[in-house]
Amino acid sequence: MTENDPGRDGPVLLVGTRKGAWMLTADGQRSAWQSTGPWFLGHIIQHLVLDPRDGCTLLAAASTGHLGPTVFRSQDLGQTWAEATRPPAFAAGDPLERSLKSVFWLSPGHEREPGVWYAGGSPQGLFRTEDGGDTWEPVTGWNDHPQWATWAEWPEQNTPDGSMLHSVCIDPRDPDHLYLGLSSGGVFESTGGTTDWAPLNAGSVTAFLPETEPEFGHDPHCLRLHPLRPDRLYQQNHCGIYRMDRPEGRWVRIGDNMPAAVGDIGFPIELHPRDPDTAWVFPMDGTDVWPRTSPDGRPAVYVTRDAGESWTRQDAGLPEQAWMTVKRQAMTLDAHDPVGVYFGTTSGEVWASRDEGARWSQIAAHLPEIYSVELALPAGPSA
Amino acid sequence: MKVRIPTPLRSYTDQAAVVEAGGSTVADVLADLDEHHPGLRFRMVDEQGRLRPHMKVFVNADAVRDLTTPVGPADEVTIMQALSGG
Repeated sequence: MTENDPGRDGPVLLVGTRKGAWMLTADGQRSAWQSTGPWFLGHIIQHLVLDPRDGCTLLAAASTGHLGPTVFRSQDLGQTWAEATRPPAFAAGDPLERSLKSVFWLSPGHEREPGVWYAGGSPQGLFRTEDGGDTWEPVTGWNDHPQWATWAEWPEQNTPDGSMLHSVCIDPRDPDHLYLGLSSGGVFESTGGTTDWAPLNAGSVTAFLPETEPEFGHDPHCLRLHPLRPDRLYQQNHCGIYRMDRPEGRWVRIGDNMPAAVGDIGFPIELHPRDPDTAWVFPMDGTDVWPRTSPDGRPAVYVTRDAGESWTRQDAGLPEQAWMTVKRQAMTLDAHDPVGVYFGTTSGEVWASRDEGARWSQIAAHLPEIYSVELALPAGPSA
Repeated sequence: MKVRIPTPLRSYTDQAAVVEAGGSTVADVLADLDEHHPGLRFRMVDEQGRLRPHMKVFVNADAVRDLTTPVGPADEVTIMQALSGG
């Protein structure tokens, strides 16, 4: 399957849940979907990602209620799995006595570095493999940075399931230029191959801190870099939706252009693969005690086609009333024309639009709580 | 000595419920277990050598969290999962 060949196989979605993982495969029209799974029934699968560089290696970030975190690896699109020989872990004898509670995020490395992946953890550690996920090492430039404990607010863990590192974004022009997000902690940037790090949070709001312009301590929920315009960043933050165009170092709150009754609180943000001005979000209620369900019980996706200057509601086909929550890894896009947009809910439903959000249909239901939905582009004639 | 393995860890022991392992402390026994069943130890003991919160180890009938607890060939070690979520 190629990215823009809808006449052949359709997209494949990898769904990670609190109780295992599933794969959803579409026909070329993206109208009929077939479910495969479960893989790892009963395991907590925070993230399930296909390596876009080889089209066959899958990594799954796993744990259970009892067992410690690990990474499972398949090199045949899920037909067989093996556990990482050396899973992500902090260094033994770590002066901060950190131990990894979960592997939360998986990012394939730069296109010129086959086999390299990054994993983000809870607490907010960064880990790297150079052999496609079999053996992992702590990224010392981040984990042992003299400011790490301050940035990560260690040993406090301020989010309900523990603070985590996520959204490892790699500049396609330079594998040594990375961004990442800490929930909580903020956005950080390295230009020296993970050896040097600096906060990048100016302009984003921290309504939960007394300072109005802290350098760090923010809560970016999802950070995205546009592959065709790598100087353009977007983030869905705990406190709003933002855009930044480098070398500018200040976030602009484009969520201020959302309808006031809907607000700009949510978890995911996804970028059109060919248009850096187009992005989708799934707003959730951030009022009162922060229900984080669809505002007023009326679920909708919102899209901007002018880099956040304006937003359009997209709810055709979605239930008139539903209390949906969509987590930060649980929204994704395909690269067809028109682009397909997909999201999974904590109530176990997967919704799809094959016309850039204009109309929605449910393609899976009754799954466990969904943590992640990722597009896969398998190599070969069929998934 | 005999080591009883709970169901979540039996993927490491070819589904065996009881395996043999040796050592003079619980930590030694877990290291020996990992030698023969690679990966098992890290799922129940973290990278700082601490038993994970929802795992329990018994030497005979006594629950232990101190992995330096001595054991002998006549002892039986039981690994159990604590109650944890739904």
